[in-house]
Amino acid sequence: MTTPRVISRDATSSELDSDYKWGFTIDIGSDLAPKGLSEEIVRLISAKKEEPEWMLEWRLKAFRQWLKLKEQPPKWANVEYPPIDYQDIYYYAAPKSDAPKSLDEVDPEILEAFEKLGIPLAERAKLAGVAVDAVVDSVSVATTYQDTLEKQGIIFCSMSEAVKKHPELVQKYLGSVVPYSDNFYATLNSAVFTDGSFAYIPKGVRCPIELMTYFRINQADSGQFERTLIIADEGSYVSYLEGCTAPARKTHQLHAAVVELVALDDAEIKYSTLQNWFPGDKDGNGGVYNFVTKRGKAAKNAKISWTQVETGSAITWKYPSVILEGDNSVGEFYSVALVNNHQQADTGTKMIHIGKNTRSTIVAKGISAGQGNATYRGLVKVLASADGAKNFTQCDSLLVGDKCGAHTVPYIEVKNPTAQMEHEASTSKVSDDQLFYCQQRGMSVEDAHFMIINGFCRGIFQELPFEFAMEASQLLKVSLEGAVG
Amino acid sequence: MTTAPAKYAHYLADFQSLTEGPGAEAPAWLKSARDNAWTKFAATGFPTARRGNERWKYTNVGPIARTDFGYPLAPAPADGSEGLVPSYQVSGQTVFDLIYVDGVYSPGLSSPALDASGVVAASLAVAAGNDSLDLEGQVGRYAPPDDDGFAALNTAFLRDGAYVNVADDHAEKVVIRISYITSQSEDANHKVTYPRTMIVAGRNTDITVVESYRGPQESVYFTNAVTEISVREGAKLDHYRLLLEGGKAFHVGTSRVIQEKDSSFSSASFALGTTLARNDLEVLLDAPGAYCSLNGLYLTADNQHIDNLISIDHAKPNCTSRLNYKGILDGKSRAVFGGTVMVRRDAQKSDAEQTDKNLILSNSAEVDSKPSLLIYADDVKCSHGATAGHIDADTLFYLRSRGLDLDTASRMLVHAFASEIINTVNLEPLQDYLNTLFAAAIPNKALPIAGLVPSRRAKAAGDK
Repeated sequence: MTTPRVISRDATSSELDSDYKWGFTIDIGSDLAPKGLSEEIVRLISAKKEEPEWMLEWRLKAFRQWLKLKEQPPKWANVEYPPIDYQDIYYYAAPKSDAPKSLDEVDPEILEAFEKLGIPLAERAKLAGVAVDAVVDSVSVATTYQDTLEKQGIIFCSMSEAVKKHPELVQKYLGSVVPYSDNFYATLNSAVFTDGSFAYIPKGVRCPIELMTYFRINQADSGQFERTLIIADEGSYVSYLEGCTAPARKTHQLHAAVVELVALDDAEIKYSTLQNWFPGDKDGNGGVYNFVTKRGKAAKNAKISWTQVETGSAITWKYPSVILEGDNSVGEFYSVALVNNHQQADTGTKMIHIGKNTRSTIVAKGISAGQGNATYRGLVKVLASADGAKNFTQCDSLLVGDKCGAHTVPYIEVKNPTAQMEHEASTSKVSDDQLFYCQQRGMSVEDAHFMIINGFCRGIFQELPFEFAMEASQLLKVSLEGAVG
Repeated sequence: MTTAPAKYAHYLADFQSLTEGPGAEAPAWLKSARDNAWTKFAATGFPTARRGNERWKYTNVGPIARTDFGYPLAPAPADGSEGLVPSYQVSGQTVFDLIYVDGVYSPGLSSPALDASGVVAASLAVAAGNDSLDLEGQVGRYAPPDDDGFAALNTAFLRDGAYVNVADDHAEKVVIRISYITSQSEDANHKVTYPRTMIVAGRNTDITVVESYRGPQESVYFTNAVTEISVREGAKLDHYRLLLEGGKAFHVGTSRVIQEKDSSFSSASFALGTTLARNDLEVLLDAPGAYCSLNGLYLTADNQHIDNLISIDHAKPNCTSRLNYKGILDGKSRAVFGGTVMVRRDAQKSDAEQTDKNLILSNSAEVDSKPSLLIYADDVKCSHGATAGHIDADTLFYLRSRGLDLDTASRMLVHAFASEIINTVNLEPLQDYLNTLFAAAIPNKALPIAGLVPSRRAKAAGDK
């Protein structure tokens, strides 16, 4: 599979005039719960999913907590948006078909849609060597490769399946990294999450293939609230990919996900995201509000690495974090955030050093074009117990045009004198000299810009699995269209 | 109008005794500014560090809000009091001294300038009564009471302070020393004072202002100061702020600076002592070619807490700013640095550098640093850096290999760390004075700290 997937779509007509090539809708019919959020809806979701009692109790606890927080979403982020009417959202939307027992039973419309997106769910997917969990409107529709994984004892399935089949694991780890009371959006998610992916890698197992979840919002006015939980048991390794798209619609869609990673002693989790939710059109109409809580907990000698390429969403509010609890644990964060037109991104990371000799690396690249605003907001916290903790942070911002903004807001909290902290940041535009050099060699302004920006992000793309890296580079090009030249 | 929530009842009582007592003689505009500010304070109160309040994220002003401070209506007798006049002598330049005891101007100790060829350096209360100086449009212009509860409270109690105005094209360099002193309480009363300073550096002038705050070591008292500074076209102002309050004192200082075309503002802030100190400084680069250099040095020990909130607003193109704050932390102290460099749309060719370096000398000290950049223009040169760490073990080893004992070597390195900021002081006697002060304050104990073996790990991190 060398042809870039996801990207190489023909544009289909959508409600909006937009270059977003993934903006088609599929007509699969949805099983919708009424709009609005109430205890009944939470109970309904739980009932639809045939969940055990403890799961419902947990949801209700979160819902009651959310009521206390009501109308108080965090305001510190550098993003602007009108208040969201939480009663005007569908909290449950599922493709109208019974849960398929095998791929053959999956609604052909859905298969076709994923085919269109370049995510092959059919048998030939095996050629791609990636196990895919496909989530449409918060419900997992298909998971490939499950049998191969099972042989190694790896569990990779949808969250609702995990709740039923592996309650002991879910009960033990769900909320252990992101508690239900963590923040406004995480609490909302805890109450109404509908599906997501679940992965468990047993002790000492190196997951032979990459696990992937593909998220798709289809239903209009629906919120997507998925919950992902990945547990890497002692000494195991897993690489996990996540991709997202949504139809182009005039109204904003809400996406409030929670991702929890648990890396036990000596385990390693590599989590890569290619976020390409609908960014809205050139005038800032429509687009996804992406309010996501992602956090990992690293035990002794464990390593958690976040790599993200954020090109979509009208608003991105996302801080993949690592709690470096065990001695010698390692946290990494590599990020490219691109904003164009009226997009806003407030993204970064949190590295909490608790164990001794813990290390963290943060490399964040922000690219602002059009009238977009990109903010890096990151916390590095060294507790008194973290002797010999080390952090290196580098935040670079690139400005394309004079109507955009690039901001850097680092928070550094140190309680240990042996900690070694380094923070550096720079802000610049694409240099005229570099552009001149490229043009003089016969490149167009646009190609030259793209090449320079691609070079600027190279260090991050190298952290991505090969095919994802190709895609990311293409995605960048598409997202930048119209910003230069 | 004169109402307040119950918890601010004693402030209300003080406010009434001021407005009905000594404050009654003030001009009408000042009275209405006070009333207006009181209404603001009664409505907002003291700021809280609740979620989302980035300006007060790391500082809890609860201890200030909880303490029952009393406003001294009549100043303590200041005649012949030792240590009220700055102890360093400045020679070769014209020096004006303005001395305040418990917030009230002390004519006996001061050497003001009221008509001296274009220089006005006088008590604000006196200047306010002089219609020709037209203070009405100036006071509160750059530090409006809406900023936060402390600025509002200061304005509500605006009674006296310093007014400095150097006329346009005044050629002679002048030095103005403003000293605010809180005196030892005769009884157990906790005093609160509200010093107010207004500085106008006229076109093409070159002046130096030293603003210092001092008080008794063992008393609990509170200084809530506001300083407004206007640096006119082509003017050069060196501004030094000496925070030498007592060990149990609270200090909240709000400074607002506005700079015109091609002006230069160099500021250095020095802080020693003070159980809770806040230094909130905002500089607005309001015309092309303005330059500002903001330096700071703080040394904290025991349970002290210092919060520097510095913000520079590049509102117009071609301005340059330098921000460099350094901290030395010992004991269980905590230092907070919140730096913001904002480059507005179209403020092209802005050049900004921002650094915050901290030396942590103890296992229990804490540094919270937030050097942020907010950039809305593309052709800019902006960078920032922050470090926190221990003394460099290799450097320490080098000095010891030359025969210095551990104590001397470590003190020498800490002093060297501090010197970078002290050396920015352009007034030699003041520089010497500060050098002596800080040298004496450096903790006299061997490094490395208990339980830590010096190693390469302990290296203070490189900047940028």
